[in-house]
Amino acid sequence: MATIFGTPVKRREDPRLLTGQARYTDDMVEPGMVHMAVVRSPYAHARIRRIDTSRAAKMPGVLAIYTGKDMQAAGMGNMPCAWVVPNSDAKTPPYPAIAVDTVRYVGNAVAVVVATDRYLARDAADAVQVDYDPLPVVVDAVKATEAGAPQLHAEAPKNLAFHWKVSGGDVEAAFKQADVVVKDTIVNQRLVPNAMEPRAALAKYDAATDEVTLWVTSQNPHIVRFLLGLTTGIPENRVRVVAPEVGGGFGSKIPHYPEDAMAVFASKMVGRPVKWTETRSENYKATIHGRDHVQEVELAATKDGTILALRAKVWANLGAYLSTASTGVPTILHGLMLSGVYTIKNIHEDVYGVFTNTTPVDAYRGAGRPEATFLVERMVDLLARELSMDPVEVRRKNLIPPFTDGYAVATGLVYDSGNYQAALDKALQLADYQGLRKQQAEARAAGRIMGIGVCTYAEICGLGPSSVAGAVGFGGGLWESAIVRFHPSGKVSVMVGVSPHGQGEETTFAQIVSSELGVPIEDVQVVHGDTAQTPMGWGTYGSRTTAVGGGALAQAARKVKEKARAVAAHLLEASVEDIDYADGKFFVKGSPSKAKTIQDVCLMANVAWNLPKGMEPGLEASAFFDPPNFVYPFGAHIAVVEIDPDTYEVKLAKYVAVDDCGKVINPMIVEGQIHGGIVQGVGQALWEGARYDDQGQLLTGSMMDYAVPKAEHFPRFELGATETPTTVNALGVKGIGETGTIASTPTVYNAVMDALAPFKVKKVDMPLTPERIWRAIRDAQGS
Amino acid sequence: MKVPVSVTVNGATHAVEVEPRLLLVHFLRETLGLTGTNVGCDTSQCGSCTVLIDGEAVKSCTVLAVQADGRQVTTIEGLAQNGKLHPLQEAFWEKHGLQCGFCTPGMIMTAVDLLARNPNPTEAEVRHGLEGNLCRCTGYQNIVAAVQHAAARMKG
Amino acid sequence: MYPASFEYYRPKTLAEAAALLGQHREARLLAGGHSLLPVLKLRLASPPALIDIGGLAELKGIQARAGALTIGALTTHAQVVSSGEVAQHCPILAEAAAQIGDLQVRNRGTVGGSLAHADPGADYPTVMLALGATMTASNGRATRDIAADAFFTDLFTTSLQPNELLTAVSVRSYGKGTGGAYVKHKHPASGYAVVGVAALVTVNGGTCEQVSLVVGGATGTPVRATAAEQALRGQPVNDATVGAAVRKVAEAIRDPLGDVYASGDYRVHLATVLAGRALRTAAERARA
Repeated sequence: MATIFGTPVKRREDPRLLTGQARYTDDMVEPGMVHMAVVRSPYAHARIRRIDTSRAAKMPGVLAIYTGKDMQAAGMGNMPCAWVVPNSDAKTPPYPAIAVDTVRYVGNAVAVVVATDRYLARDAADAVQVDYDPLPVVVDAVKATEAGAPQLHAEAPKNLAFHWKVSGGDVEAAFKQADVVVKDTIVNQRLVPNAMEPRAALAKYDAATDEVTLWVTSQNPHIVRFLLGLTTGIPENRVRVVAPEVGGGFGSKIPHYPEDAMAVFASKMVGRPVKWTETRSENYKATIHGRDHVQEVELAATKDGTILALRAKVWANLGAYLSTASTGVPTILHGLMLSGVYTIKNIHEDVYGVFTNTTPVDAYRGAGRPEATFLVERMVDLLARELSMDPVEVRRKNLIPPFTDGYAVATGLVYDSGNYQAALDKALQLADYQGLRKQQAEARAAGRIMGIGVCTYAEICGLGPSSVAGAVGFGGGLWESAIVRFHPSGKVSVMVGVSPHGQGEETTFAQIVSSELGVPIEDVQVVHGDTAQTPMGWGTYGSRTTAVGGGALAQAARKVKEKARAVAAHLLEASVEDIDYADGKFFVKGSPSKAKTIQDVCLMANVAWNLPKGMEPGLEASAFFDPPNFVYPFGAHIAVVEIDPDTYEVKLAKYVAVDDCGKVINPMIVEGQIHGGIVQGVGQALWEGARYDDQGQLLTGSMMDYAVPKAEHFPRFELGATETPTTVNALGVKGIGETGTIASTPTVYNAVMDALAPFKVKKVDMPLTPERIWRAIRDAQGS
Repeated sequence: MKVPVSVTVNGATHAVEVEPRLLLVHFLRETLGLTGTNVGCDTSQCGSCTVLIDGEAVKSCTVLAVQADGRQVTTIEGLAQNGKLHPLQEAFWEKHGLQCGFCTPGMIMTAVDLLARNPNPTEAEVRHGLEGNLCRCTGYQNIVAAVQHAAARMKG
Repeated sequence: MYPASFEYYRPKTLAEAAALLGQHREARLLAGGHSLLPVLKLRLASPPALIDIGGLAELKGIQARAGALTIGALTTHAQVVSSGEVAQHCPILAEAAAQIGDLQVRNRGTVGGSLAHADPGADYPTVMLALGATMTASNGRATRDIAADAFFTDLFTTSLQPNELLTAVSVRSYGKGTGGAYVKHKHPASGYAVVGVAALVTVNGGTCEQVSLVVGGATGTPVRATAAEQALRGQPVNDATVGAAVRKVAEAIRDPLGDVYASGDYRVHLATVLAGRALRTAAERARA
């Protein structure tokens, strides 16, 4: 049997999704189910003077209304921050699920209404009367740290949640030696994740057993269960969390959200299953946002283009409260990646985490790494421009040479494996870079505005060794586990702790098991997402599902195989060392005709009529895999843009991506991940941006104003790949879920800046809307 | 006050009384239990809720159930015939035109109308034709490929 | 996402609809629902009653006669796009309709609904003003005609009386010698016109005999760029004359609208650029 590893197997998830049979959280119905609606603050910062529920309580269908005080009185805990970076003077002010006396962002919950249907719940929520005393508002992270700024939390003077530093080498000395220093202030704007499925939660409390089941739109049901213990006080072994079909997450479904706790609380109080489903407008206020950095950056280099040092100061806007993983994103996942793919010996960064009167900010696709890659790739392009060098040449000069067993960068990380030149060469060749430059010269001569952008990147993913997790303040482990269970018939069930939600691991995991054990792929069932059915795992984010979860699965499969080998040896009356294995069959070395299939072995192991003395019956193994290091996929992307010379609309004309994620299990799925990632990253460069006014009102509060990219915005992408396996896991696989997003924002931004070079424009804030380009050209020409 | 309506959904006629304010998408999802049609936004942008009314693609979050009185509605559940997937469903599977699957029913129902109007669309026409459907996962490339693949198959 | 409760009426005749409208002063008319329902779902409005006129046959259909095209208020955008009569007699309307919303919106949204809603980012009002369209309104007993320039009075406001329904819109046909073009800068999220410009140009022997140029999206209601029209009228149509005319477009735009995506200044710039494109395309079509 040819191995199925590495082939574009069609996804087994698809039939149910294509026919409308899949069950997302909002599709779930439980007998007696009622609905919850949340009353939210229209103010960004205010004291709650009075909440009057009397009129709402009398409305049709209303069962109950609860406030923050009610939840507090019932002993419900605050929302925990599960990642507090150490050595950073971190402050974690209380974050009640429902505000008790102060609201700190527009959308902050102030009460919940439970009613018999969702329309009636909304009616009553609108009828709850809340009197507020408005307080001064601050939405900008830099301003929030200045003297006299409104203060959000008594515990956090100057609104500082933390001050984190990373240092390597001797930055001061390097800057003194520099021939050139380029500087920029980069705004990596706030984004709204926009998973197509809004969040939802259905909680069912069973008084008879004192147990609760929560169906929830989560990327990590085991973490939600762990944290629900803290917020609701219900012991973990009485909580079942199920992430059924989940419609995308992109980081926004990592956190344990207030509504999870509210639904559980409400269900317990009213004694009926309670469902809450977010509307999109509500999602824009109540679900985490991403990015939102202001970065002051300086890069030092010699006049031949060798980079000597990088220094940055970053204000990371965290919003009004610390969401689940919020402090790790702009620090560990960002600051440690400032060397990019380059041999930058001296690096220093200060990161200030800042509270503001805005929606909490947490992980969004790439989480920290897009902010790092953009910073580095932008500075490299500025250096190229300063020295009048081709941006490709500056990159080449500074790339880390190929390595296979570790390369230590100045921030302290050790990259696993890389061949950055190879990826860059392939991208240049695919794009015909020299030809493009010639086309550009012709276009410019003809009065057209054309630009070419390049980015070379590496990113840290496959999170990660648990010892590192502990050292960097992550409140959990980062290992994964898997169970491989052979049923007597030879069919296999696989239970995993990770929780994919669109990435296709039901298929790729079946490919792994089929390849490892020689069973037909259709005989492998993959179970995930239900804490009652699956072993502990830390979830799907940080491109870790295949690298860590897949690693655990391969390890479990190999354990099963070793046991099967022992059974086969016994049945073939040979010693274990003499047993060979190929294509699902065990045989004595040299005589493949006399073989036992894995199904033969499986049946015997399960009926246990004739097993080696002392062997336990059954054919099943569980494995826990804690990777020894992160994985570092990498690549090179090239974009071509054409800008309308009158309206200044940017058209993405060509996009080439070469990515290296190590061994590929299913190339079709890998390419799909890259396509989606590119579109999200280009979205940030060209259209997306969450904007607040100075009173903390979200000006881009719905899909009417916030531009999620559409099909017609894009050309067909041209993909290429190189393959540099990792030794971090048994499969040699890295991650591919975030690379597209990490690389495409700087690639397209650099292309636009390249297009605008003849106009002497050096900087335009993202998103690069036609008006911003129009203004930048006018300003540059005027000055 | 409830209003009587008679709506034929995927060939079955349902005569029921509904609140006038009930949106068609909630009528399908909650009254009839056809949860394949999804709700992704509240401003008529995302297209996840697209169904066919008398063969035309519409956003069922922007239609009242009472407006569908006497009409034929087709949802994603009604697309496969006799257990055989519609060519668009086949093509989305074949070309990896979906990831999380949430936008997929709406995307496919729009594509049904698109191909009815233009059985042989160019890539640019497909991209433009899907302007009312948002997908956050796929980057659209394989969706476009799937629609073109289905078009070729449907021509036979 | 969940509209507040309302009473629902489904009249069978125009007279009945008008009578209901007379009785329920706060009621709103429901046609395709693509302007109204989004507002109700966000609870930006909660009218006590809706009068569903979607079934009124007398408001449907497109008729061409005697140099004019009459379009029933309930005609959908998709019907305008695919209408043979529109393509033959007034193709600029189809060009505009094809740029409204998306396929699904065009299948439901109606000409009358869009005009009566009078959204500043809508496409039809701009074109109707350029065409010098006539709106027909009825209160069930009498009908009256309202010229387009008297119909749009402010953003989201028309000169329809509270007891009146818009029943149809009539535009004059144009043919050989006249060309029309509608050019739009689409908002990347909503698809509404950030700026839309409609131009109708009649060219005779290379000279611009008649021109109508209207800018929508930049202000609360579409505006006619009269100074630009005057500059071009009677002139030979070439790059220089169009350029000179376009430089006068900004004069027509007072207090432009601005938002996060596009400020008033940029809208004026867009209006100027798009006016040039619309005029050139319209003139080319006039010569074809």
